[in-house]
This record gives sequence, C-alpha cells and structure tokens, in this order.
Amino acid sequence: MPLDILLNILLLAPFFSALFIAIIALAQPSSPKIIYSILAIFAPLLSAFLALILIYENYFNGIDIHSEIFTWLSVSAFHIPFSLHLDALSSLMLLFVAPVGFLIHVYALGYMKDDSSYPRFFALFNLFMFFMFLLVLGDNPIMMFLGWEGVGLSSYALISFYYEDAKNVAAGNKAFILNRIGDFGFLSALMLLFISIGEYGFSFSTIELHLHEMSAERINLIAALLFVGAMGKSAQFPLYVWLPDAMAGPTPVSALIHAATMVTAGVYMLARFSDLYAMSESVSLFIAYIGAFSALIAALMASREFDIKKILAYSTMSQLGYMFMAEGLGAYSFAIFHVFTHAFFKALLFMGAGAIIMSLHHEQDIRKMGGLRKSLPMLFIMMLIASLSISAIAPLNGFFSKDAIMGHIFASDAYIIYGIALFTSILTAFYMFRMLFFVFYGEEKIKAVAVSKTMIIPIALLAVGVILSGFLNVPSSFGGSESISIWLNLPDIREFLDHTTEFTLIGLNTFFIFVAIFVAYLKYGSATATREDVDKYRYQKIISNKFYIDELYHILFVKPLYKMSKGFDVYINHKIIDSSIHRTIALYYYIASYYRLIYDGSVRLYALFMVFGLSGLFIYLYFALEAM
Amino acid sequence: MLSNYLTLSVILFSIGIIGVLSRKNIIVIYMSIELLLNAVNISLVAISNTLQSNEGQVIVLMIIAIAAAEAALFMALFVVLFRNKRSLDADIFNLLGEKNAS
Repeated sequence: MPLDILLNILLLAPFFSALFIAIIALAQPSSPKIIYSILAIFAPLLSAFLALILIYENYFNGIDIHSEIFTWLSVSAFHIPFSLHLDALSSLMLLFVAPVGFLIHVYALGYMKDDSSYPRFFALFNLFMFFMFLLVLGDNPIMMFLGWEGVGLSSYALISFYYEDAKNVAAGNKAFILNRIGDFGFLSALMLLFISIGEYGFSFSTIELHLHEMSAERINLIAALLFVGAMGKSAQFPLYVWLPDAMAGPTPVSALIHAATMVTAGVYMLARFSDLYAMSESVSLFIAYIGAFSALIAALMASREFDIKKILAYSTMSQLGYMFMAEGLGAYSFAIFHVFTHAFFKALLFMGAGAIIMSLHHEQDIRKMGGLRKSLPMLFIMMLIASLSISAIAPLNGFFSKDAIMGHIFASDAYIIYGIALFTSILTAFYMFRMLFFVFYGEEKIKAVAVSKTMIIPIALLAVGVILSGFLNVPSSFGGSESISIWLNLPDIREFLDHTTEFTLIGLNTFFIFVAIFVAYLKYGSATATREDVDKYRYQKIISNKFYIDELYHILFVKPLYKMSKGFDVYINHKIIDSSIHRTIALYYYIASYYRLIYDGSVRLYALFMVFGLSGLFIYLYFALEAM
Repeated sequence: MLSNYLTLSVILFSIGIIGVLSRKNIIVIYMSIELLLNAVNISLVAISNTLQSNEGQVIVLMIIAIAAAEAALFMALFVVLFRNKRSLDADIFNLLGEKNAS
C-alpha cells in the first residue's frame, strides 16, 4: 500500500472511532461497554502500528511522506490544501505521541471502568488523538493551527469532564481563556507571515525558503508573537496558571494531554519554525530566560504543594522550561529529545499517581498517604524509576536529554541560565523524592486496594520505555552517535565542551541531586521525620500560596474587566441604548394618540374620508392629465 | 346629447353620496351604493354609445351582474347584523373605534 494512504489512515482512524463512539452512544445509550472499549482501543493501536512503520521508512530509508487529501481553501492567491507531511521532526513527535497515547488509552480502560460517562470520555480522548496527529503532521501553519485549536478544545472538554462540579467547569474555562491569549499571538504571527511571504505558497517548506526576504524587525515580531502562542499552550510564565487547575480532569487526561503531548506543542511549534528563530537572536534569548524563570518558579511551587497531581503539573511546567531554555539557546534537537523522553517518564508518573489515587479511594493529598511501599511494591519501583529519570540520574532517559541541555547551556556561556537550571535540577530531585517519601514511606494511613492489571501493564511498558529510550541519542562524550540530532537536522547551534568539563558538570549535578534526595529523606522519609511540613517561615508561606500570582491576576485582570462590564451594563446598555429605544417608543405612542381621534369606529365618518380622499385624487388627476 | 346623460349621471351620483353619508339605516345606505353604481353605468353606456364602441356596455353588464351578487351578500349581512344588535342603525356598529372596543 502506498505510504501516503497509510499516513491518511493513521490520521483518520481516531477521528472515525470518535465519531462512531459518539453515534453509538447517542443512538443506543444502553449498548454494552465492550463495544466502546474495542472501538476506543483499536484506533490508537492502528495508529501506533502505522506510525512505527512510517517512522521506520523515514529513519532508515530517508523517505519524507507527503499526502494531499483535498483542497481546503482556495480564494484566488490564498490556496490552502489539507495536506500532511511526515519528516524527521514529525516522525520523532509521532514516535512518542502514538505509542504513549495507545498505552494511556489502555490504562484509561481500567481507570474509567466504573464511570457513567464512559463513551463520552473515549470519544473525546480519541478526538484528541486525531487533533494531536493533525498538529504534528500538518504541512502548513493553517493545518497546524487547526490541530492546535482542536487539542485545546478537547483539553477543555476533558478538564471539565466532571461538569457536575462547578469548580471543574471553572478550571476548563480558565484553560480555554488563557489559551485564547496565546492563540491571539499565534494567529497574529500567521497573518504577518502570510502578508509578508504568503504569495509564494504557505507550506512550511516554502516559508523556510523565503524567510530571508523579510526584514529583521518583522522576523523578530513574528518570532515573539509565535512564542506568545507557545507560552499559552506550553504553560510558561506568565500564562501558566491554567495548568495546575487543569488537573481537575480524570488522571489519564492529565497524563496524556497535560503532560505527555499537548503541552509540548509549543516546543514542537518553535522547533518547526526553528529557521525563523535561528535568525532572531534577541527573541531567542528572551525565550531562554522565560524558560529558566518558569522552570524555577514551577520547581519552587512544586516543593510546597500537597496535591499529588499538582506536584506533577508543576514538574511538567518546570521540564517545559528546560525545553524552552534549550530552544532559546539554539539547541532545538536537544529540546525535542527532551520532549520525547519527558513524554515517557511524565506519563509514567501520572499513571502511577492515578493508580495510587484509585487504590486510595480518590485521595489526592500526599499528607494523607503513606507506607504504600509494602502494599503496592510494583508501583513503588516504577515511580522510583520515573523519579530518578526526571532527576536526571544515569542511565535513565531523563539523564541523557536533560544533561545534553545543561551541557549546551554551560557551553553557550549563559551562566545565569545555567545557575537557574542547576538549582532547578536540584529542586526537581528534592520535590520528586519529597512526594515519593510522603506516599511510600512512613505509616500506612489509608488501606490501599489492589490496582487492576489493565492499569499496571501500561505503566510497566512505559517503565521499559523510560529505561531504554535514552539510548537513542547518546552524546558523543559517552561514545554515542547522537543519532536523533543528526536525523532531525534542525538548525542547531552546536557548542562543544571538552570532556573533562562535561564530566565535571555531570558529576557536580549528580552529586547535588543525591544530596537533595538525602535531604528529602531526612525530612520526609526517615523514621524520625515529622512529615507535617507546615509553613514555618514567611518565604514558605509565599511559595505555598503560589507567589500570589492567581490573586494578582484576579486583581489586575479579572476585577477591572468585571467592573468594566458592569459599567457598560449600567451606563451604556441601560442608560443609552435601552433608554433611547424606550423614548422612541414613547414618541410614537404620543403621535398615535392624536391619530387615534380620527378613527372612532363610525362607519359613515370613514365613508366621508373616502369621499374626500377620492375627490382629491380625481381633482389631482384631472389637472395632471390636463397639463399633459 | 352626451352632456345631458352625464348631467343625469352626476346628479344621481351626488344623491347617492349624500345618501351614503347622511342616512343612518344600513339598508338605505346600501340602496345609495346601488345608486352610485347605476350612475356610473349610465355614464359608461352614454360614453360607449358616443364613441361607437361596445366595450363600455360589456363592462356595464358585468357591473350589473356583480351588483346582483353583492345584493345577495348584503341581504345575508343585514340578517346577521340585525340578529346581533336588534337594529340596523349604522352608528351602533362602531366597534372598530378604540374607545368602543370591548
């Protein structure tokens, strides 16, 4: 079968399964669950299988697959085909989106099995897969934007999945509205791109060819606006506040959308436009600083958080900060590789957290957990692997990707950013093990229920992925070939460190990480630890309250906007618009009161008016005809 | 010659209008309306005779036929109106006016 047809099937399979699930659920609400389960699992499985075939073709045979399904828009010069393109970058994205997506679908079968809205969940979940594939495979920015908006929509619907609780609906709205700010930037950038170089065509390859025809200021503006879009989607400061609240959705949603795939769309988008960013140094540096700052504050907030899912949400934001640091300093392939490894360990962490939450009857506060090491030993080992990976301990996958980024930052002479990155990396180890010790050590407070196999098996498979996937891009200092960086072929700035410096840095980093783990053990894990963790100092209180950023936004944006709409309602709407209409009505009523006197119902009076009227008409006609 | 016929027609028409406007009894008003129609008929016949054309006379025949149909309709109306108010005074039937509407 031709490869482009396989690509189309890969994209459309989740869409049609979502459609069928929705139709069956609406037409036959009493259908057995097994039908939905089969449909929901089959499409991601097919997609994952096809993705592996296509990635094999791309990697080993170097074939870029292009498929044009139909012409979407054609308005004179504005020609947008609905076309897909699979190159190295989208292959690497597919390589984790499809398999991790499939595993999370399997996991969700177990997690959602007692939920009454089972078909709605899987219809939305499959729809999300479709839009994510569209985002990754789209051949032009418009298609990418379509996928971008689509994942936002399904994310919104899934955050508000338990819509009976108004809090969850508010969380969904928050995510959607904050992403609108980002989308405003993205859309403005696309419009600017189109009016600048749109006449040559609007696919990624033509844009890349004609980038140099734009002025430097125009390129800077487009780069900055695109990054505003990435900020919204990838939860970077100052548009990150939706991500912790997004944890209101079911845990598989957090694992798939708000950790492994959707939030990395911003990183992917920047890598897609890497030629543009390579030409815009000042904006790139700004991105690196935003990334560093986001990574730092997220790590700080995670270390004072007690909701297990929110800790993981902050750690996602922190890791995304690393990716943006790398992209800002020109290491696009390292950033994309970190996206790749992050998807594995973060999905594993979220699925593990979900299993813990399930087995403790929907308890999410880590202070109420404890001692699970004995009752859930399998889960403990896997969570430990993922925690070591996110802390960058060799030879797990997080080590290879994060260390490449850290090395690059040091080699670019960006010492402030390196300092922040190092401190964040130490904090990462601290808060991850703080969570781990809280959950698995100490005395057992709630009796854990056994976790079902459909949930454990995907977690175990992901753990294998966490251990192995790092070896795909072994840096040259360890005798590797950096095969992924070469395959991706992005306009990287390559900075080389001599091996002694590099090993010193790695050793230093690893040493600090072990110190952090030890501190976490003394504070939360050992037999003498108090494990209460109340805010003793003022700085702890500030961090626990998330730097009061939500409150600040509330005062800065929500309240003035509310006051403004209130003012518009009272002054513009009621006083000007409504009252002018009411006055017009009163005027007509007043005039009518005089006309009404004539129409008093007397038939003979009407006849008199008719006589007068007709006489007048005939007299007029007489003179008019006379004059002719 | 024609002017004599037209004078008759105008006299009859004026009587008809005065009848419609001044009389209160609906039957009389109806008779006045018929008078108006016939005044027009006379002028039509006279003019068509003068112009040596038959079209006017054809129209007159049609008007007579319609007037007959109208008469049948009016008879039914009189009965209905009389049943409602036990009277045929035109000034009693003034429900269309706002202050008289119930």
